[in-house]
Amino acid sequence: MTALLALSNVSKRFRGLIAVDGVSFTVPQGAMFAVIGSNGAGKTTLFNMIAGAMKPDGGAIVFAGQGVHGLTADAVCRRGIARTFQIVRPFPGLSVEDNVIIGALLHRPDVTAARGHAHELLRRLDLFDKRHRIASTLTLPDRKRLEMARALATGPRLLLLDEVMAGLRPTETDRMVAILKALNAEGLTILLIEHVMRAVMALASHVLVLDHGVAIAEGSPEQVARDPAVVQSYLGVETV
Amino acid sequence: MMARLTAGVTRRSAIPLALLLAALLAAPWLVNDYLLTMLIIILYFGYAGQAWNIMMGFAGQLSLGHALYLGLGGYVAATLFTRFGIGPWLGFAVAIPVASAAGAIIGFLAFRFRVAGIYFAILTIAFAEFARIGFDNWDYVHASSGLFVPVKQYAHNNPWLLRGDPTMFYYVILGATVLLFVLCHFLVRSRVGYFWLAIREDETAARAAGIDTFRYKMIAVVVSAAMTSFAGVFYAFFYNNLFPEQVFSIFRSVEIILGPIIGGIGTLFGPILGAFVLKGLAEALSSVMTAFGIDLPGVTQVFYGVCLLIVVVALPDGVWPPLARLLGIGRSKP
Amino acid sequence: MPLEVYLNVAIGGVLTGLVYGLMALGLSVIFGVVRVVNFAHGEMMTVAMFLAVVLCTALHVDPLVLLVPIAAVLFVFGYALQRGLINVFITRPEHSQFLLLVALAIIITNTLLIIFGPDARTVETAYGFDSFQFGGIIVDAAKAYAGAAAILFAAALFVFFRFTLIGKAIRAGADNHTGALVVGLDVKRLYALTFGLGAACVGAAGTMMTLLVDATPLLGPSYTLLAFVIVITGGLGSMPGALIGGVLIGLTEALAGLLFTPSAKSMFAFAILVLVLLFRPQGILGKRLA
Repeated sequence: MTALLALSNVSKRFRGLIAVDGVSFTVPQGAMFAVIGSNGAGKTTLFNMIAGAMKPDGGAIVFAGQGVHGLTADAVCRRGIARTFQIVRPFPGLSVEDNVIIGALLHRPDVTAARGHAHELLRRLDLFDKRHRIASTLTLPDRKRLEMARALATGPRLLLLDEVMAGLRPTETDRMVAILKALNAEGLTILLIEHVMRAVMALASHVLVLDHGVAIAEGSPEQVARDPAVVQSYLGVETV
Repeated sequence: MMARLTAGVTRRSAIPLALLLAALLAAPWLVNDYLLTMLIIILYFGYAGQAWNIMMGFAGQLSLGHALYLGLGGYVAATLFTRFGIGPWLGFAVAIPVASAAGAIIGFLAFRFRVAGIYFAILTIAFAEFARIGFDNWDYVHASSGLFVPVKQYAHNNPWLLRGDPTMFYYVILGATVLLFVLCHFLVRSRVGYFWLAIREDETAARAAGIDTFRYKMIAVVVSAAMTSFAGVFYAFFYNNLFPEQVFSIFRSVEIILGPIIGGIGTLFGPILGAFVLKGLAEALSSVMTAFGIDLPGVTQVFYGVCLLIVVVALPDGVWPPLARLLGIGRSKP
Repeated sequence: MPLEVYLNVAIGGVLTGLVYGLMALGLSVIFGVVRVVNFAHGEMMTVAMFLAVVLCTALHVDPLVLLVPIAAVLFVFGYALQRGLINVFITRPEHSQFLLLVALAIIITNTLLIIFGPDARTVETAYGFDSFQFGGIIVDAAKAYAGAAAILFAAALFVFFRFTLIGKAIRAGADNHTGALVVGLDVKRLYALTFGLGAACVGAAGTMMTLLVDATPLLGPSYTLLAFVIVITGGLGSMPGALIGGVLIGLTEALAGLLFTPSAKSMFAFAILVLVLLFRPQGILGKRLA
């Protein structure tokens, strides 16, 4: 497998605090790659740097053979990396359909074509019947899927999901897992950041564990779960 | 072309729209000169409000300094006419790049330096004030003593020079208002329009969806400024005079935006409806005052303020959205 | 021109600027806590100015005596306004708030116009033509009193916010709205108090302003703009920032009036505003807003 995304020695400081400290990893093409870690481990900072919302202080982020570190969020998206937000933010006053059309218009300048593509995605994500609803009136699981539909509509090669399972009930989580598996099976590379361990272990092909801004383990879910450092610093804390 | 023009217009809204247009076209035969002049002023505000709405209603950028673009349009056209005999349409062609450049400068500074929200609004006021003070001291345009477009008795209406009777001015501003309406109808249903709405709703999310927000905000400012400049050209030739103190004043900017806010921000009918409501209100109030024999300066204005207050308290989204629901005309916000 | 001329004008500008600063302080306090931009600020100040003019003439007293009573009247006005009208608009979009306050400004200006007509009114004081002389430097007595009163009033307000329980509660509400609700603060009442205090600043500033300029109903909008310029320059939400901004703008206006033409003075004030917006958007003393 070739690497789609490669981070080398990426760092970010806030004032004195080192949020991400020299993190390196590669996400292979077609992977379902999970980054886990406790609160404050630097997951969201890492995520924001990949998505272009923050500039790294050092290191390189290479996507599909080109450096994307320091690009703006919109430029990163146009290169083929789409994201969701930890606290969902669909366009609140617009209809579900319009939300997704906006994403689809990125590579399909014709509105009719964009609407067609949007409908396809809405059907896949079980939102087609709600396409005329105003986004702000949807429930949280629906808004999460709407945001995913908008991200997918931009035609990404890599999908970044920030705690997409958080706040979902078990049945909703299973639904989301099924959707992600199906997308991944079609060849979409996915990078998820999760706090919820259980879902990730069942889903991910690769796992990276962050602790206080440092990558302490990387490998298959089984390998990581058995790693003593992980057990001590992360799982230990979680299960106590 | 016709098919595209009517795309998105439901049958239910097509009939009232056609009736309205027919009534507006027939107006010069139906009303007297006084009412016609009122209609001209209403359409002028409808036009200017629509132009402002591109920036605020669609792209979410609150400008409180649109008098700048209006004044620039007026001064460019009037100066070219009085100094060089160049007609107002050519003047408009020159005013477009001038106003666009002004908008682009403000937009560039604001969006590059991340001046947003209320700060952006204040920045737009500041630039309009610069223009007011600058023109007030600029002798080439007769500074504070004002620029006058010569009024001669024209035997025939000359639409090319915008010299003629109210009927001619009426059709000119009606045409402009309809054209701008159609333009906005297309814009808001186009790729640019969708991107504007995205920026208005949530700029960070818009960027995450790959939208170059700087670029599309710039387009909104430039289009809005260019379109507003025509309102200035019309103003100059309709009123035949320009004073920096009046055209560039903050009052002018506020006057432009009251209509769309009252009518419904971000809607196509809002600006025009708002202009009708506001002007109708002002006229009705002053006739009531006259009927009661009250002739104090300010009384009408106080009632006007009170009515504004009531409208804004009672109808937070403006008059059009609830009215559209009442008439059963589709979605009000695109 | 001799140096004394510049110094005289500069001192006059600074003293006027202190009164500007107090007016702007009202705007800043209101925005800092209630998060509503008071577009009727200058209009509220003209109300205070006319109150001062009428009462001074009727009671034959000095404006400085009326400072506190007029501030109190404006406090009540501001409190009632926030409680009755503006509170509903706190969660509405900016343009909606703008329209509400513009409507209010129209009502205020034209009510004053009905009552007093468009002519300028002045206050006669015993010290109207007095001045203090220090060597070659001459300071207008009226300006000196106005500036001193502005400092005193601002200091009193500062003490209130710093050391009283209510003042601390208001600042807590400004820092963290939800937090204030959680610990059981009556945010509605605090907002009304804040608006009242902002209006009281305007009341005091307006009273003193009658010592400096003639009152006309149409002064409102230009003072609203001036208050914006000052507050953004000093830092929106910062109390000392408003005073420093006021002094800076007062000084700029005075010197620009001397060196160029009086009509260009607001040009310089706006130029400062634009520079601040671009290069230090949080203002001279403000914290950067998220």
